[in-house]
Amino acid sequence: MKIKLFSYDQLDTFVHRLSGFSKLVCFLLLTTAIMLTYDIRVILAIMVLSYIMIICAKIKFSQIRLMLIYVAIFLIFNFFLTYIFAPEYGCEIYGTRHVLFTIAGPYTVTLEQLFYQITKLLKYLSVIPLGIIFVLTTNPSEFASSLNRAGVSYRICTSLALTLRYFPDVADDYNTISLAQQARGLEMSGKAKMSERFKRIAGILIPLIMTTMDRIDIISNAMDLRGFGKHKKRTWYAARPLGKGDWLAMAVSLFALAASLYVRYFINHSMFYNPFI
Amino acid sequence: MNDDAVIEFRDFGFKYFSQKEPTLHNINLTVHRGEKILIAGPSGCGKSTLGNCINGLIPFAYKGEITGSLKVAGMETKTASLFKLSAKVGTVLQDSDGQFIGLSVGEDIAFALENDMVPQETMKEKVKEIAGIVGMEEQIRQNPHDLSGGQKQRVSLAGVMVEDAGILLFDEPLANLDPKTGKVAIELIDEIAAADRTVIIIEHRLEDVLHRPVDRIVLLNDGRIVMDAPPDEVLASGILKEYGVREPLYLTAARYSGAKITSGMRPASLETFAVGEIKDDLQRWYDANYIRGHQEPGKNLLAVRDLQFSYDGVKPTLQDIDVVIREGEMLSIVGKNGAGKTTLASLMCGFIKPDAGVITMEGKDLAPLSISERAEYIGIVMQNPNQMISKTMIFDEVALGLKIRGMKEEEIKEKVYEVLKICGLYEFRNWPISALSFGQKKRVTIASILVLNPKVLILDEPTAGQDYRHYSEIMEFLRKLNENGQTIILITHDMHLMLEYTTRAIVISDSKKIADQKAFQVLCDSELVEAANLKETSLFELAKKAGISDPLGFVECFIHYDREVREHEN
Repeated sequence: MKIKLFSYDQLDTFVHRLSGFSKLVCFLLLTTAIMLTYDIRVILAIMVLSYIMIICAKIKFSQIRLMLIYVAIFLIFNFFLTYIFAPEYGCEIYGTRHVLFTIAGPYTVTLEQLFYQITKLLKYLSVIPLGIIFVLTTNPSEFASSLNRAGVSYRICTSLALTLRYFPDVADDYNTISLAQQARGLEMSGKAKMSERFKRIAGILIPLIMTTMDRIDIISNAMDLRGFGKHKKRTWYAARPLGKGDWLAMAVSLFALAASLYVRYFINHSMFYNPFI
Repeated sequence: MNDDAVIEFRDFGFKYFSQKEPTLHNINLTVHRGEKILIAGPSGCGKSTLGNCINGLIPFAYKGEITGSLKVAGMETKTASLFKLSAKVGTVLQDSDGQFIGLSVGEDIAFALENDMVPQETMKEKVKEIAGIVGMEEQIRQNPHDLSGGQKQRVSLAGVMVEDAGILLFDEPLANLDPKTGKVAIELIDEIAAADRTVIIIEHRLEDVLHRPVDRIVLLNDGRIVMDAPPDEVLASGILKEYGVREPLYLTAARYSGAKITSGMRPASLETFAVGEIKDDLQRWYDANYIRGHQEPGKNLLAVRDLQFSYDGVKPTLQDIDVVIREGEMLSIVGKNGAGKTTLASLMCGFIKPDAGVITMEGKDLAPLSISERAEYIGIVMQNPNQMISKTMIFDEVALGLKIRGMKEEEIKEKVYEVLKICGLYEFRNWPISALSFGQKKRVTIASILVLNPKVLILDEPTAGQDYRHYSEIMEFLRKLNENGQTIILITHDMHLMLEYTTRAIVISDSKKIADQKAFQVLCDSELVEAANLKETSLFELAKKAGISDPLGFVECFIHYDREVREHEN
């Protein structure tokens, strides 16, 4: 009954074979490239790239279904709220006004606004798959080793890897405790009021903290007994040297960032691409 | 210092800073290179503390005051370091699940090497070699959490062997293993010990450890060594029971028969035990005490019909399960880890929904009820009390379920007090739960379920990790509940428990029910024993060796007799 909201899956694809370090670098470069632009052409290019990567990594829809539902709800809210609070922002940016139709009072739908909002939506839609790829295809231990190589203290790296590694266990504990509470008559199913359910979830926290403390105690003893912290450095069983693929991926990402900046400063002379003039 | 002494305690004592009284007093103990020692004693006797002194967790992780001297591999532990000690002493901790650091078997085995800055290539070779020794070469890329209990322990063992430590310390290696896996684990430890390693096993399941010979048994009680002798002498002396350690069942039977046991009869193992000398005593005792037990079956209470369940929709976890629980019964559900016994309990409680089949209570279908509504009929006590306790005071914890039901203060008080009295917790009613022992916490969780007055009480491994004294305490308490009419289902792989306390056993193996009969019959049937990862009871073997015509009858006779003896004692 493992909870699979996000957990690393061991497969052998091009994306999985990339080092965690280069995946992090690519993620940061590409995200920056998208953050710095509102040019729909650049965004679409990166988006296509990230969806190709999702397919390459053999990520199945069932793995990310839950995550996508949350994301979709967020995006829909975001889309409508952006319109409600600033219905004329698109016209401000692009300096023209092509009215499509009027809803009521000051709320008219303009082509500019629609273009602006779609661009914004696509920005989210291209960043999210990158995050999904990073989380689902990176082996925490290998990632820790590459962070360590990049200069982060190995104590921090190891604890990061352990946190990722124990997350599913703590989630399991949460589940068991919740069932134990329900078996004593606490109603958490649809038959209880929302406010009651929240209050009762809080009641799970005490036992969850207790069992997690137990876990930490055991694991820290086990680590001590096997010589953790003996030297100033450590080696990594899961470490992987950077290969051709890693350099290639980082080069492509760097190029994407450079392209995004080039388009912004030398072609558009602004953050936005304006098709209206 | 003697040349080949690898561990030497001299007038050693230890007191945790957090405690008033010392945990260890005046320990004098020498262990020589290549010896295999069993340290036994009841919970709280200080045996784990003694182990932690050897591996260096004391004084480096657990602070306290040391008196006297302890030398491990020539180093005075007070002034050595945890790293130096851990290179000499490899420790396999009790809970192998909790001590995995790596995401794959290979990575976990390598942890000590990583910390020692061994280059990756050398490391990979070494890991492969050690994995081969413990028979885990094939699984080197798997996630340790997906392994079976026995395999997990092999990985933990490999993780400490990789350092070439001369001393191996096992802290309750059998605690979470079913009997058959435990047997294999003891065999594996024995093989490893043969390679000139010093092995120290801390365990209270004596009969299981003695499946392979040990050189000495060190018996600890209240922080002092009460006996340090070869196993034959310790077992012949008959003092184990006095100190809350269960002696092998065949020996208890021999004592009941009135036979005199001497160390010369080699009682440490049934293989060496001179059964021939006490044959007549056993036959006489059997003839004098044999009665066939009869019990009137009660009316049907909980019925499971044609149940099917699968977690992933592909591999069935339970198939075609039919079970009837009668009123007033105390029965056990047994089977190896992962066979589906806990799943069956989860289905009964409504934690998960069956794919097909019906579960009824007194004829009423339970399917439409939510988990909390089912709590009126079926109560479940989980294995780990920390997963159940959500209040800080005992009274509040037990009252929780009633408060949710909106019962009046007065009524709650009355009911809670009544249950606390039954559970022997009344005098502690205003105590914080944190001040209780594990066994007492367990009773609080039982009380918090009992107060809801369920028709059927399910307990998942109620005595896991408990020593003989606490085991008896919990089980005698459950028996009294049962005698007062409470129907109880025990999910367990403890053979003693099913033999001594339950009349009927349901065996589940590979998702199917393969037997539903008297508990002692299950333990005398080699096929069932094999399928459920159990072990044949040594009583059966003893009866066969003594030439008793009906060995099954002998086992039944022992159970009745033993029950009466226990009732007298309590």
